[in-house]
Amino acid sequence: MNKREFVKGLILFFPAAGLLRALGRELDAAPAGAPGAAGKESGSTGPGAEPAGGMPAKAYDADSHYYGMGIEVDKCIGCSRCVEACKAENDVPREPFFFRTWIERYDIKRNGEVLVESVNAPSKKPPEVAPDDRDVIRSFFVPKLCNNCANPPCVQVCPVGATFATKDGVVLIDKERCIGCRYCIQACPYGARYLDPRTKTADKCTFCYHRVVKDLLPACVEVCPTQARIFGDLKSRASRLVRFQRMNRIHVLKPALNTEPKVYYAQLDGEVR
Amino acid sequence: MKIPEQIQRLAIVIAVIVGGVLLARFYLIPPSLIARDLHQATTVQREVARPVKFAGSTACQDCHQDVAVRKGKGYHRNLACEGCHGASVNHAEDPGSVKPFAPRDRKFCPVCHAYDAARPTGFPQINPTAHNPVKPCITCHNPHDPVPPRTPQACSACHAQIERTKAVSSHALLACTTCHTVPEQHKKAPRTALPSKPQTREFCGQCHAKDATRVKEAPKVDLPTHGAPYQCWQCHYPHLPEGRA
Repeated sequence: MNKREFVKGLILFFPAAGLLRALGRELDAAPAGAPGAAGKESGSTGPGAEPAGGMPAKAYDADSHYYGMGIEVDKCIGCSRCVEACKAENDVPREPFFFRTWIERYDIKRNGEVLVESVNAPSKKPPEVAPDDRDVIRSFFVPKLCNNCANPPCVQVCPVGATFATKDGVVLIDKERCIGCRYCIQACPYGARYLDPRTKTADKCTFCYHRVVKDLLPACVEVCPTQARIFGDLKSRASRLVRFQRMNRIHVLKPALNTEPKVYYAQLDGEVR
Repeated sequence: MKIPEQIQRLAIVIAVIVGGVLLARFYLIPPSLIARDLHQATTVQREVARPVKFAGSTACQDCHQDVAVRKGKGYHRNLACEGCHGASVNHAEDPGSVKPFAPRDRKFCPVCHAYDAARPTGFPQINPTAHNPVKPCITCHNPHDPVPPRTPQACSACHAQIERTKAVSSHALLACTTCHTVPEQHKKAPRTALPSKPQTREFCGQCHAKDATRVKEAPKVDLPTHGAPYQCWQCHYPHLPEGRA
């Protein structure tokens, strides 16, 4: 065999391999088509058909919803009822560094210095600001959670495709598929993800997906004593969230990153990152 | 043309590897491991099947209508039952044997009502160490309809800042009711039964017009010409007229 023929063979080899692959898929489609199609079907009707908790759930159509959350910063009193409710509802580890939602306290000083601390992590609790501290000119709480972005960076980076956005706009994690590589935790610009120490898989807020499909509010929205959190469907013009968007001037966190977050803040201070 | 033996052997090895990979990919690995739609649907199903722990306020109202009616009229009307009583779906399913948590000590209420500079202005806050120490909050306040145990007698109970300002002004000796008519209901429903406020220049003129006889010592101005198109309180703050002394 001379060089010319070797190269010719090499060039022919790869298309041949591709052809073989396509052929294989063709063969595969016939027997495997049945369970595959069943899976697709249950994807759209599955959540509603599931009679969880003994409730006669009506058919839930993921296509007709698109969820988001509104947060009115001026109403938050920093009581952490939402954080407690979230931990109870979603079985989040009790240690004060695993949160699906948490509250940050901002103290903005006269000289432009900004103190940011999580209210929920006692080890990092801010030194109590005296009521007559004239150096602090603004002080407020900001609830944070997963923004369930429409263009989620965590989904882009997942090497095994374990995290994905559902049709109704919630980013979920497949715990059976997650390999715990922490890439998504690094990629999230909002710090919304953590590694569950028990399963060694990534975890984060799901807008309480298991409640939402049963027409219940997310646990944090349910317990908020001042209605600082608004949950709703962006596809329904009559939803509370759309009304919230109509009545308030809205900002999202880190809009420059083009993640298209779906947690909308009203009266957000420019210092909040 | 004869293919060298090394190449022949190599080709066999490559063919076996490629064949093995293709076989594994299409016949050995179950389609459920590869089909993206399928595995996303299973994740959604798994997520949906998770147990609900907060029953929701509407569930509580079915049995506790009396509390719901009372709470619906008070300041706590927008609070969810489970915000204080904790996740109670077990209680909703089996009311007899599972009782929800009820916070009765002094630790709980200050979670919202302790003073914090970052809390919004106007939100009712107290200093837990100074406010009736040791007593549990529920001895004086009913958490389902929280109101101050006694209706406040003096305006300063709520309007302390105005009271302190007025005390150092030339209006110090005037009672609040000299200028404001206060309906009795204002003490119980401060936001719905509002006191009156002076509406006209002539109201201030009762003391400050040139021909006013009510208070002799009050500074007098010529009402028709003095800052004519404006109302008095657009330049003078009635609780502290003429600024700092």
